[in-house]
Amino acid sequence: MNNVLNRMRWQYFTLRNPYLFSLLLLVLAMLVNLFFQPDLLSRGSLNSNMRVFLPLVLVTAGQAVVILGGGIDISVGSIVSIVNAILATQLGSNASPEKIALMLGAVLLVGMAAGAINGFFISYLRLQPIITTYATSFLYAGVALFILPSPGGAVPNGISSFYRETTPLGLPLTLYVIPLILIAWYLLRQTRYGGYLYAVGGKADAAYETAVPVNAVQFSTYVISGLMAAFGGIAITLLTGSGSATIGADITLTSITAVVIGGTALRGGVGGVAGAVLGAITLGLFKNIISFANVNLWWQTFVNAAIIVVALAAPGAINLLRRTIGSRTRQHPTTGQERQA
Amino acid sequence: MKRLTAFLPKKIAISPPVAAVILAVVLFLLSGLLPNGYGSNVSIAIAQATNITRLSVFLGVIAAGQTLVIISGGEGIDLSVGAVVTLSAIIAYVIINGQDGMLLPGLLAALAVGAAIGLLNGIGVAYLRIAPLVMTLGMSGVVTGLILVAQHGNVSGAVSPLMTRVIARPWFFGIPGAIIIWILFGLLMWLLIERTTFGKNLFAIGSNRTTARLSGVHVTGMVVATYALAGLLSGLGGFLVLGNTGVVFIAMGNSFLFPSIAAVAVGGTLLSGGKGSYFGTMAGALVLTLITSLLTTMQMPDSVRQMVLGGTLLVLISIYGRQRGFRQ
Repeated sequence: MNNVLNRMRWQYFTLRNPYLFSLLLLVLAMLVNLFFQPDLLSRGSLNSNMRVFLPLVLVTAGQAVVILGGGIDISVGSIVSIVNAILATQLGSNASPEKIALMLGAVLLVGMAAGAINGFFISYLRLQPIITTYATSFLYAGVALFILPSPGGAVPNGISSFYRETTPLGLPLTLYVIPLILIAWYLLRQTRYGGYLYAVGGKADAAYETAVPVNAVQFSTYVISGLMAAFGGIAITLLTGSGSATIGADITLTSITAVVIGGTALRGGVGGVAGAVLGAITLGLFKNIISFANVNLWWQTFVNAAIIVVALAAPGAINLLRRTIGSRTRQHPTTGQERQA
Repeated sequence: MKRLTAFLPKKIAISPPVAAVILAVVLFLLSGLLPNGYGSNVSIAIAQATNITRLSVFLGVIAAGQTLVIISGGEGIDLSVGAVVTLSAIIAYVIINGQDGMLLPGLLAALAVGAAIGLLNGIGVAYLRIAPLVMTLGMSGVVTGLILVAQHGNVSGAVSPLMTRVIARPWFFGIPGAIIIWILFGLLMWLLIERTTFGKNLFAIGSNRTTARLSGVHVTGMVVATYALAGLLSGLGGFLVLGNTGVVFIAMGNSFLFPSIAAVAVGGTLLSGGKGSYFGTMAGALVLTLITSLLTTMQMPDSVRQMVLGGTLLVLISIYGRQRGFRQ
């Protein structure tokens, strides 16, 4: 009996603290990184790292909202590419400040519109999220390629270096953006919408029966994801200072991995944006560690993927260990097995 | 909203596989009207149809494992197929090295490597309870990494003459071997899914894992077996692709990854599991290959091609990929 209680406590504890593991992982990654790169926390290194991580962090935050709501968004990478293509072709190297502001606003709207298309098909036509956003990812990638057929284009040097070099109060610009995301998430979480989001992701049918506007909530998650992907696209454009229609291709699956590493369940309803942000930074640190640890070039992909698999497996391995130890003393009376989550 | 959705049928009478086959035939007939289509020349039309069917075989076989994994439910999906196809093709390429006598060892090695990777996927999903999408994605990274480590950018090997003859050349009446292999393979898959205990249990765990377990199905064992089998089938796919191309390259399997999922979805298999068929996937593979090759022959720029492909896929799944609404 005591064992059951213990296990329930553990389950309750891990359920209440979905970020715990991702936080531990982040600290661990940081310590290892510090070992290989002692000046990690100096102003220069911090800035040069964080400005590279930020696009993924932004995209991941949006992806987390979609996944929390029980969906998935395979099209984020293509939205990033569209935004990058638009900015690189429309701004050029000497755009006026008004034009810059106008275009930044425009690409955010484009991102939201792309998300709205996803949301329309998924929540109102009731199509399956993964295949729908896969289809639209082609659609959007095609649009990006149409706008910018071959890599090139430019953005004004001023805004690019603003993104890359500004360090207000000695801290990188990106370190101000991340708390903003977290605060926005915290506020959103407090509203009725935040509750709806978890309800829809947890059990959409039950949510519908309790008068939660399920379709509207699902729709909104894709709009948010599109918006965050557009922010990510802006960040990556300012980072690279030029355009490429396939720049976002790799970001999609990485953002999903980051969300999961951050303690959010892919089935929806469990986790949060804060963990996802930690997950994205952790993935960035993994890459950093590999490049500073002088891993042979041919081995880098393997080592990176292996670390990710181990990180994904760790919570499951801990639980499996706990289950095996538990079942040695007590088995389920009828099935002899642990109840599946 | 109600008015908007009213335009689309909630249920259509014909089953998705049949609909996909009809669609493929109609598309193919329409393609004859294109400026550089076959026009009224029947023999060219038959040759084109044969060629497109031959090209569908590879996607069709690779999507077989994907079908099993998706039917098994629990958000089942296999993102490692691309990497497994590449790895198994490379291994077969190196082992066979131009000798007909090494064909069987090469095939067995390709199958074994695929099954081993699938087994790891299954263990991760069933025992460590990692979401299938990220588990197989991570595994795909590991396999790609392994290929890079082992290959260092180049491998030496060759396909054997017999392999090319069996897979890429016609057997009789101008029917390429690949198509005959696919038909036999399709029958085996049908037997496996519809006529064995494995198939029965597969649908059982796909619809409801708790009920399946309470009715005596070993759920974790089934999940591991399904992923291992899917890996094995990807290995077979890699072997066939190798027989067709005759060369290996690092990204050769990647172009099959997402199309394999799309083929399953277009074939009417529910992505949430518990319902589906391999015939549907075969039809889906035909439709997707047909659309891709039509877009290629129409010589449109890459951007337009991608947009049309995405748009067509959206239309296809809008017709019969719809889930139940909340109101019913």
